[in-house]
Amino acid sequence: MAKMTYIKAITNGLDQVLQDDPKTLIFGEDVGKNGGVFRTTEGLQDKYGEDRVFDTPLAESGILGMSIGLALTGWRPIPEIQFMGFTMEAVDSVGGQMSRNRFRFSGDVTMPITIRTPFGGGTHTAELHGDSLENLFIGIPGLRVVTPANPYDAKGMVISAVENNDPVLFMENLKLYRSMKDEVPDGHYTVPLDKANVVREGSDITVVAYSAEVNEALKVADKLEKENISVEVIDLRSLSPIDDETIFASIDKTHKVVIAQEAQKMAGAGAKVASDIAENDIMSLDAPIGRVSAPDSIFPFAMAENDWLPNADDIEAKVREILNY
Amino acid sequence: MAAKSKHVVDFAKIKSTMSDPYKKPVQVIDETGKIVNQELFDQFSDDELVTLMEKMVWERALHEQTMNFSRQGRLGFYAPTYGEEASEMGIAHAMKKQDYLFPAYRDLPQLIQHGATVKEGYLWSKGHYQAYDYVRRGVRAFIPQIIIGAQYVQSAGAALGIKKNGEKDTIAYTFTGDGGTSQGDFYEGINFASSFQAPEVFFVQNNGWAISVPRKTQTAAETLAQKGVASGVPGVQVDGMDILATYLVAKEARDFAVAGNGPVLVETLTYRFGAHSSAGDDPSRYRTKEQEKPWFDRDPLIRLRKVLTDKKLWDQDKEDKLVAQYKDEFKEAMKDAEAAPKQKVSDFLKNTFEVPTPDVAADIKKYEAKESK
Repeated sequence: MAKMTYIKAITNGLDQVLQDDPKTLIFGEDVGKNGGVFRTTEGLQDKYGEDRVFDTPLAESGILGMSIGLALTGWRPIPEIQFMGFTMEAVDSVGGQMSRNRFRFSGDVTMPITIRTPFGGGTHTAELHGDSLENLFIGIPGLRVVTPANPYDAKGMVISAVENNDPVLFMENLKLYRSMKDEVPDGHYTVPLDKANVVREGSDITVVAYSAEVNEALKVADKLEKENISVEVIDLRSLSPIDDETIFASIDKTHKVVIAQEAQKMAGAGAKVASDIAENDIMSLDAPIGRVSAPDSIFPFAMAENDWLPNADDIEAKVREILNY
Repeated sequence: MAAKSKHVVDFAKIKSTMSDPYKKPVQVIDETGKIVNQELFDQFSDDELVTLMEKMVWERALHEQTMNFSRQGRLGFYAPTYGEEASEMGIAHAMKKQDYLFPAYRDLPQLIQHGATVKEGYLWSKGHYQAYDYVRRGVRAFIPQIIIGAQYVQSAGAALGIKKNGEKDTIAYTFTGDGGTSQGDFYEGINFASSFQAPEVFFVQNNGWAISVPRKTQTAAETLAQKGVASGVPGVQVDGMDILATYLVAKEARDFAVAGNGPVLVETLTYRFGAHSSAGDDPSRYRTKEQEKPWFDRDPLIRLRKVLTDKKLWDQDKEDKLVAQYKDEFKEAMKDAEAAPKQKVSDFLKNTFEVPTPDVAADIKKYEAKESK
């Protein structure tokens, strides 16, 4: 057990799967000698060699397309797309190809591919680096979309993703990479890919969030505790599928819910959560479902990011609004 | 500043000569049946010549019978292969069972030669999951690709996988048409395979048309074979109406790739005699009979038939009997295809994830209940 940043926890998890399974391969732009532009794969090429950890030409569709051919020939690819904004170049490889193969071949062909990609605002990057594009991907059947919110989950979930026999889009939050430290166990352990996590228990209201918004929600819970308001915080972890069971169990207790996400509001994970609650558990609520999200504009210019990204203040305001309904 | 000077770079000269090395299509027999390269011709035994002719007759018969089924409304999407027999069968004949094939939608004949059945081809056209049963039998072939270009990047990955697995005498090979060479994935695939020096042969069957768009609209490059050069991939044109030439070039390309020299790009010059697909495409909207005529004169069966007939290895009676025999087999295959079981949505749901998600699990229950009624 050691204290580790979120990014080091991912590196540690990748090290573990490279060690455990000789068929795993890590590849992408700058992942080899350079260890990735964020150093997520630092030291792995030295340790496992250029056959297992290697750089590719600069072409995202090529990277994810070749992953399919590698999977067909018996490999377990872990491609990196350098920034999630770049996945736009490779949507066919994901939605048109790899996620359909189990279906096409009635289970005879599997695609154990983990696509790692950093996303998320607040780090003042260039355009199409910080976008939360999960809304584009969670509607693809056959693809799991997951994102950890802390270092412990980051390692356990990356191991689960690689060991899963279906394609997984593994989203890593840029802002969390080095801003969080946590106790992370040595060696092999897994965190389930389809189970939401009650990160803080409470009784007055439930906040459902994922990735960096989980931390924002926890700040709100800390603050409101001083006013004797008890906030339960759920980390979705998985955006596709959504673990409704955990959410419903929580709102059956609190009867109020706020759903917070950094992505735009249209057709995303929050919309799916709201819809599932409305469809299956609406009678548990005694107030409307609250939503906190970025507005439905293009991800903003870097200097305006802080005005655009939803934060703890936005969550707090919405929580108070729903509590006072 | 000098008033007048020579060009710093003579772009006009570069442009007018850059395609020259690629404009020499390999040919063994010309359209009149004349042997134009005796040395290459002598590489074939009589038996091989007959086998190649039989394969073209098989593909032509398959096309004719399939069009019949299509007209009878017994098939779904079908891309006619009429005219491309020398290109498709010449290449197929050069490949080995252990090779990984990444076909596109006009490549059902090669897929069948590689180990799929005609029944599976018909099921693919009709839209049935048993079309892909060949994978269960260990046939190393992917789906007939619809998103043109995707097969290029995927096969590059398979070629790298072969190399990493240390498999000897094995390549990945893939097909696209002239239109496909405009796709980004086309370049990415070639370039990736080259960067990794992976064992792969990329085939471009230039049949002149991407539905209604002529070859010249795709690119101002004079050949498609030269499209490999920027990635460090050697390319060559071959007379795609001459099965002896396509076979020899494909075999040479395969040998080169197998020897660890990296990928090769082969452009076969052929022609789509028929429509783009059986679904309503009418070539008379975009090309004239006069334009088609010289290509029909190059019919790949005519020239080899003449060579074989001159050598007393072939006659019309033999061909007629073969065609009848093949067509009987295709009719049986269609009967088998039509007897395929009704498909269940619950099965599709079960094949969405290894471990069904809660939503999928709920849908499985829902559809199983419906299907049991």
